[in-house]
Amino acid sequence: MSFLLGSGAGFSGDRTDAASPVVAELIRRGQPAALIFETLGERTLAAAHRAMREDPQAGFEPLLEELLEPVLADCQRHGIAILGNFGAANVAGACRLVHDLAARQGCGGLRIGRVHGDDVRCRLESLDLEPWEAETRALPAGEALISANVYLGAAPLVQALDRGAEVVVTGRVADPALFLAPLVRHHGWAWDDWDRLAAGMMAGHLGECGAQVSGGYFADPGYKEVAELATLGYPIIEVEADGRLVVTKPAGTGGCIDARTVKEQLLYEVHDPGHYLTPDVVVDLSDVVINELGPDRVEVQGIRGKPAPARLKTTVCYDGGWQGEAEISYAGPNALARARLAVAVLQERLRFRAPAELRTRLDIIGHTSVFDDDSGQLRRQCQPTDPAGDYRVRLACEHAERRWVERAAQELLALYCAGPAGGGGVRRHFQRRVHTASFLVRRDDVTAYASLYGDAEHE
Amino acid sequence: MNESAFSGPADEAGRVSMPLHRLAHARAGDKGDRLNLSLFAYDPRHYPLLLEQITEPRVLALFAHRGASRVRRYPMPGLAGMNLVIDDVLQGGVNGALNLDGHGKTLSFLLLELTVALPRDGH
Repeated sequence: MSFLLGSGAGFSGDRTDAASPVVAELIRRGQPAALIFETLGERTLAAAHRAMREDPQAGFEPLLEELLEPVLADCQRHGIAILGNFGAANVAGACRLVHDLAARQGCGGLRIGRVHGDDVRCRLESLDLEPWEAETRALPAGEALISANVYLGAAPLVQALDRGAEVVVTGRVADPALFLAPLVRHHGWAWDDWDRLAAGMMAGHLGECGAQVSGGYFADPGYKEVAELATLGYPIIEVEADGRLVVTKPAGTGGCIDARTVKEQLLYEVHDPGHYLTPDVVVDLSDVVINELGPDRVEVQGIRGKPAPARLKTTVCYDGGWQGEAEISYAGPNALARARLAVAVLQERLRFRAPAELRTRLDIIGHTSVFDDDSGQLRRQCQPTDPAGDYRVRLACEHAERRWVERAAQELLALYCAGPAGGGGVRRHFQRRVHTASFLVRRDDVTAYASLYGDAEHE
Repeated sequence: MNESAFSGPADEAGRVSMPLHRLAHARAGDKGDRLNLSLFAYDPRHYPLLLEQITEPRVLALFAHRGASRVRRYPMPGLAGMNLVIDDVLQGGVNGALNLDGHGKTLSFLLLELTVALPRDGH
């Protein structure tokens, strides 16, 4: 019988009502199953560390309670394990929240597994580090360093399940390891059964971004139609003991699963498809075949595995100073010329009102923004589609000191009275930045394990 | 896909030019300052045409204004598509960029702005 992997969330900030239809379908089918919440990326790990710097009680997934509240009791009652990297920078804090939520819901005695070992900040200097292959930044100096987290594999999660955990809370683990762990435990796969581990990792890879495999992040009207995006069904991956896998979703939900949606997600964030690195196995997708079995049922075959890499990726977060953003709108006749003038005035003002090391970028939203580079090459080259449109000048800047990003944003604010005619709708925003860089550590230098929350320790 | 709807003058080889967006779909993903763009032909018969025309130098030129340093292309014939891996194109990546889209998620549609030349008979 296949094991069912349901996705409850694909990123931090995902829909918090997505898990309920998935859990209802898992219960209806009555097969062994797990529910996975993947809420931790490079952006959100940095955000979690930033939050914890300002409040030691924070630093785990901010939506954790909203995500779990609708499904926790049902999952416990039906033996559906929940696994999530929602611990982020504060795994203990997340465990405490899950414990308290369970108590309030009458799920007393809920066994919560806590995964340890991803945090290597305290011993980073003693580790043998290599830069990750596309990394050009050096390891930051001591005081700027905020955190260092290793992408763990599935083994400590399996250990938590073996110890009876009904909810497994992790910090940084490889996203698909959240899915691989219950498969290894249920199917009894060996840690050198590379083809099966690879299939399990790819089941996780396909499910880890939630609706991105079931019609989310896909619709392009007139080209790729997706029905009922507002009620998208999140994916369920069926995985057999021999590694065969089928991607599907709950009946009666919106979205679609077909060869196209599965292909897009299969290569999402993959570099060399013949050598996709994960902590537990190197995946080879060279011979993958995708078969549409029926409506919203797609089989993926031909996934191969090679021995696990000797080193594990580690993300280092360090102080990135301050970022400031400010915007002002121009619309109607000659709006683009007025927006361009605003940009020119700001550039001139910043030359003598801000220090040379202030990093800045200016966009005209509605004309060019996201495709452009920081120096605005496209803005200067692109022919306007509508000189009388609706444009928004955006300033973004970065500096080690808050006062200089505030000064730059204030210069945009001053366009109200001292800039071109008809500017309006100024908004300003400031935040601390956490920069990240990636390194590789030796697998043997990492000690990962699981404990049961409240068992041997009182956090 | 109704190719008879395509218009535009034919080139010397009798081929018509059209946006890649009509023939293929794409998705962007990021890790650090590295971007990957997966690209798939809607119709597998167009895969050889993608292979011929969506080349590493052409993609590097498309992203040159953002400082792209290298493009590697991984053909995926079984999927009628390819994976394009572009280095140093995100101007710092999601935690370092000043761009509104620090992930580079929108860049799949910059790729789809490329034009391709298609034989008049459609494939």
